[in-house]
Amino acid sequence: MTRRVSVEVNGRPYEEEVEPRLLLSDFLRHRLGLTGTHVGCEHGVCGACTVQLDGEPIRSCLLLAVQADGRSLRTVEGLAPAGGALHPLQEAFHETHALQCGFCTPGFLLSAEAFLRERPDPTREEIREALAGNLCRCTGYKAIVEAVERAAGHFQRP
Amino acid sequence: MKPAPFLYDDPRELKEALALLGREGEDAKVLAGGQSLVPLLNFRLARPERLVDVNRVAGLAYLRRDGEALRIGALARHADLERSADVAAGWPLLSDAVRFVGHPQIRSRGTVCGSVAHADPAAELPVALAALDARFHVRSARGARTLGAEELFVSFLTTALEPDELLVEVEVPAPPVGAGSAFVEHARTHGDFALGGAAAVVAAGDVRLALLAAGPVPVRARAAERLAVEGAPAGEVAEEAVRGLELSGEDADWRRALLRELVRRALVTAAARAAS
Repeated sequence: MTRRVSVEVNGRPYEEEVEPRLLLSDFLRHRLGLTGTHVGCEHGVCGACTVQLDGEPIRSCLLLAVQADGRSLRTVEGLAPAGGALHPLQEAFHETHALQCGFCTPGFLLSAEAFLRERPDPTREEIREALAGNLCRCTGYKAIVEAVERAAGHFQRP
Repeated sequence: MKPAPFLYDDPRELKEALALLGREGEDAKVLAGGQSLVPLLNFRLARPERLVDVNRVAGLAYLRRDGEALRIGALARHADLERSADVAAGWPLLSDAVRFVGHPQIRSRGTVCGSVAHADPAAELPVALAALDARFHVRSARGARTLGAEELFVSFLTTALEPDELLVEVEVPAPPVGAGSAFVEHARTHGDFALGGAAAVVAAGDVRLALLAAGPVPVRARAAERLAVEGAPAGEVAEEAVRGLELSGEDADWRRALLRELVRRALVTAAARAAS
């Protein structure tokens, strides 16, 4: 038994027939070929699969693809503006060395992007708390927090 | 780490949802926020024959002040509670508690009613709602009923909800006039499952104290509450609050000590906020 799912991802419309049990993370990766969203734990603790649903950060391993029908999604592939430039967050992550293997990075970027929209001038503590749902095994987090601070500075520029 | 196959319904109207649960409830699970259910599905620890996804049911996504009470609909997300200025002003205990619920991604989707229906003893909102004497409105195709916390929370991950019933609203009365409140918890890392916690509401002549991860259900420490109203110091009240607790495991002593300290802190903070 399949269902039709119509979803907009990074501004592009997609339509697919899916089994109800197909997770959004697998839908994005296998059906749509958007492999920037990574799968870490598949039970909602690591944050590697974080995407944005109507602008809100969610764990895509905990959403069924069918639940996204009619909704708008943003994955890491949709972060950088067209034309080859990087998003300020991506630029900041690059500058502060906030990624090593890069596995957790898409999840962090989308969590951070949503957070900075809501809280453009955060303290370091607020950043740490906002990103607590994303785990990193490589960096020790310091550079990631610095990157988000740096990007916040960018957004603060008049 | 993928769910086993299931039948899937996403009704648009409450009547439809209740009729479905009436017919299929025994073999079905309700899907709301999914932040507790979907991990269980992914692990195949839960293998329901059918999921009834209530996310598209009209009229359930509300969070509003209704006279003196706060009404939280079935599809109100934790994030809605977190962002609500009404809640911060009128029910600050809930604003405090919801910040400890998981992480931002969890709070975007997870629902207050879902957390209640899931009834994890380490969950923050059931404890805060128990401290506020919340009323839980339940509907089924057979009718409607309303329960208090002590009736609703039966055991570890178990409520009094029948398979054909849906928790449609949590109604939270206003805290006592002039009350101060505090929610404290301890977990290994921020956002991790709580190892202990306490919700306190302190007003003249009215003290509420509910404990988190202190047993299979949220614990209202009634005897301790009476001591507090009589003016006993926080340490003594805390001692009473943890005395009768049935804590099992090698670390029971440590957990009792942890809870005692958290209760003490919650009382002191709540009392200070009441004074100001």
